[in-house]
Amino acid sequence: MSEWKKVCRLDEIPPQGARVVRHPGGDIAVFRTAGDEVFALHDKCPHKGGPLSQGIVHGRQVACPLHGWNIELESGEAVAPDSGACGRFVVRVEGGEVYLRV
Amino acid sequence: MNKSRLVMVGNGMAGVRTIEELLKIAPDHYDITIFGAEPHPNYNRILLSPVLAGEMTVQDIILNDLSWYEKNGIRLHAGKTVSRIDRARRRVEADDGTVAEYDRLLLATGSTPFRLPIPGNDLPGVIGYRDIKDTDEMIDAARRHRHAVVIGGGLLGLEAANGLKLRGMEVTVVHLGPWLLERQLDEVAGRLLQQSLEERGLRFLLQKHTERLVAGESGRVAAVRFKDGSEIPADLVVMAAGIRPNTALAEGAGLHCDRGIVVNDTLQTFDPRIYAVGECVSHRGTAYGLVAPLFEQAKVCANHLAQFGIGRYTGSVTSTKLKVTGIDLFSAGDFMGGGDSEEIVLHDAAGGVYKKLVIKDNKLVGGVLYGDTADGPWYFQLLKDGKDIHDIRDHLLFGQMSGGDAGHQGQNKAAQMADSAEVCGCNGVTKGTIVRAIKEKGLFTLDEVKKHTKAASSCGSCAGLVEQILASTIGGAYTPAKSEKKPVCACTDHSHQEVRDTIRQQHLTSIPAVIRFMEWRTADGCEKCRPALNYYLISTWPHEAKDDPQSRFVNERAHANIQKDGTYSVVPRLWGGLATPAELRAIADAAEKYQVPTVKITGGQRIDLLGVRKEDLPSMWADLNQAGLVSGHAYGKSIRTVKTCVGSEHCRFGTQKAMDMGVQLERMLFDMWSPHKVKLAVSGCPRNCAEAGIKDVGVIGVDSGYELYVAGNGGIKTEVAQFLAKVRDDEEVKEYSGAFLQLYREEGFYLERTVHYVQRVGLDHVKARVVEDAANRKALYGRLLDALKDAADPWAERVQGELKREFETIEL
Repeated sequence: MSEWKKVCRLDEIPPQGARVVRHPGGDIAVFRTAGDEVFALHDKCPHKGGPLSQGIVHGRQVACPLHGWNIELESGEAVAPDSGACGRFVVRVEGGEVYLRV
Repeated sequence: MNKSRLVMVGNGMAGVRTIEELLKIAPDHYDITIFGAEPHPNYNRILLSPVLAGEMTVQDIILNDLSWYEKNGIRLHAGKTVSRIDRARRRVEADDGTVAEYDRLLLATGSTPFRLPIPGNDLPGVIGYRDIKDTDEMIDAARRHRHAVVIGGGLLGLEAANGLKLRGMEVTVVHLGPWLLERQLDEVAGRLLQQSLEERGLRFLLQKHTERLVAGESGRVAAVRFKDGSEIPADLVVMAAGIRPNTALAEGAGLHCDRGIVVNDTLQTFDPRIYAVGECVSHRGTAYGLVAPLFEQAKVCANHLAQFGIGRYTGSVTSTKLKVTGIDLFSAGDFMGGGDSEEIVLHDAAGGVYKKLVIKDNKLVGGVLYGDTADGPWYFQLLKDGKDIHDIRDHLLFGQMSGGDAGHQGQNKAAQMADSAEVCGCNGVTKGTIVRAIKEKGLFTLDEVKKHTKAASSCGSCAGLVEQILASTIGGAYTPAKSEKKPVCACTDHSHQEVRDTIRQQHLTSIPAVIRFMEWRTADGCEKCRPALNYYLISTWPHEAKDDPQSRFVNERAHANIQKDGTYSVVPRLWGGLATPAELRAIADAAEKYQVPTVKITGGQRIDLLGVRKEDLPSMWADLNQAGLVSGHAYGKSIRTVKTCVGSEHCRFGTQKAMDMGVQLERMLFDMWSPHKVKLAVSGCPRNCAEAGIKDVGVIGVDSGYELYVAGNGGIKTEVAQFLAKVRDDEEVKEYSGAFLQLYREEGFYLERTVHYVQRVGLDHVKARVVEDAANRKALYGRLLDALKDAADPWAERVQGELKREFETIEL
């Protein structure tokens, strides 16, 4: 049964950056874009498992730090011509706090 | 709001490329309609030859299938020929009555093969060679007939002849010129080509005037008769004696044409609402028949259609490759020479190799390669860049690799490589994979190949090889961009040089300011341009531009080196490679406390602690800081190490105190960011135990002082450092090396090592500013010291304050 959990304050995630949330099913990366949108993905690149949370966030994408695959933050899909997808999670921001449904 | 209407006549490569470029920069600007006379979607006309030769199928060469048109909302009228343009009412009419109104009209009507004006030129069995229909007809004829005659020994004619031969026909090529491909080859190369095609069974009749084509009993062509009275049998005649731009439609509408639809540098015809691109166009008196210039036109035209108004097309230098499998031939520019130009020639008749380079004013202006074309793309790049070749003249003819190369087992002949041969060692990409991607996905540039196959996308040392494969697969369609004009990334068309200049001239001090001022296509850049911009800003405006950690690669943000499993490596700085027992003890303690799985001595005389978890980094650093150890920057585009030998402090051969000099240099350069990593070495005598000859700056002690070497590299391709200057004492070593590195910091492009920087600007340029001009040297050195005056240990900064959060994970 999934439930909403409070993660942190929005301003505790750097803009164009991410924070890592520990989870029994594997780390979750919570991203914040330049436009203050928040997305959450499995912290595992579909290519070779690189930690996406450590990548450079640009637009609504993140570039994996290991081999430079770009992943769409909204869908978790790799940007063509690469293909693959990583799991995504629902997040919302309310009153400056970030909530994650896990 | 209603969108403007764009109608395009012609559904070929140049036209559709224009639409693709337009959609990239202004996806919603137009409502687009395309008319194509052929019933097919856009396909790769260049690859008709392999289709004819039976190496590919029509399906393989489709570039944009119907779903592409649908996805982009383009109305495609395939199989409808536009017969009239009504400029007054701004509409076009097709032969089936279809009408489309336009606000902008793009003509891309291409060309048709020229039919010799001789009796019998319209008999059944006489065809041009232009499209899928012609190709099908030839394949069909090859099944049922025996004798083929190709009129015209140009590129198209020879490819047709080769294909028909492979399909089992007896083929004779009739050519008016004195040798084959006289517009691409000189006589020697033309004869070599003829010889090897004859070995494949083709027959040639040179300097032969065709008088008429003779019909047989069935009414189909049966023979070709020449002016000298002789005759040869022919069941199929392919006219390949050149192409003529299709201008009838434009002329009918009163547009000015002169051997092509005349356009200006923005690809606009005499009617400002009507643009034209491709083979139908006459630009500055030239009509191009190769696809590379047409793509350049497409890019400029799209920009103007999108109303950005940037860029002019000023003509192209073209290069040629014949797409006959197994024959290597390359020509570019002014290959005939003569007049006041000089030639360098290598001719090995028995080995079937011929190379001729034409040089004028110390620049390469043209060349022909036959038999070994591996260096074709390199020569073409030199030619396009107009590079001064004086320094490399003595080994220019032996190619790019003659300077010594450590990669790829000396493999440098793309055409001869087996499909299973590995091209990209980093990503395990074979030649076959690359060739398949080029053909199936319709790739034309190195960047596209990188994206689709990953070849050349890591260390990049195989980029030259990939370019060769590209050139040998798509022939004349391949064209390298002029080096200094290559855009930073897909976010912009601006080059590194333009970005650097603009940041300085406009006094831009933040990434958003650059992106806004230089009109990036993306809102906040990408992972390629942001690190470059961040570097340009902090190196141009030190203490003023603020460093942006989010625009740095994780290593430079976390001040540790990410490993394949997501752990990090930690390398404390050991100045000049020296350590005290207390420091060694602190490192050993940290290794035990944080359960570091691997401890390794690095190539730069330091100790690497591998496999540290990110959340342990701050406390590990705090422990190391306690013992006086600081970050070794072993992860950054920055000063790395100063490697030293023992020097005269202990060594019986030493002439200078190498360790002390090394420590001084390393302290001076601490925390220096640069376009790429920077490594130094100091040796105490010419025996050079510190290997200063392959460093960005190498210092070698001699009895009377020091010799300074710059721009060496021990990496992917070993490059020996070049002599910069002889200096007297420690102070001068610091001043000269500091000035050189500051020059590199101010002028280098991001991710350009000193070796590539010096190759680009020339060692003379560096010497003039660092060695010969004392005032400028002191100014450079002063700017370096100023930039580094408040250098602080990044570890200590990360251990406290806001940035510490980067390392903390969140528990739910």
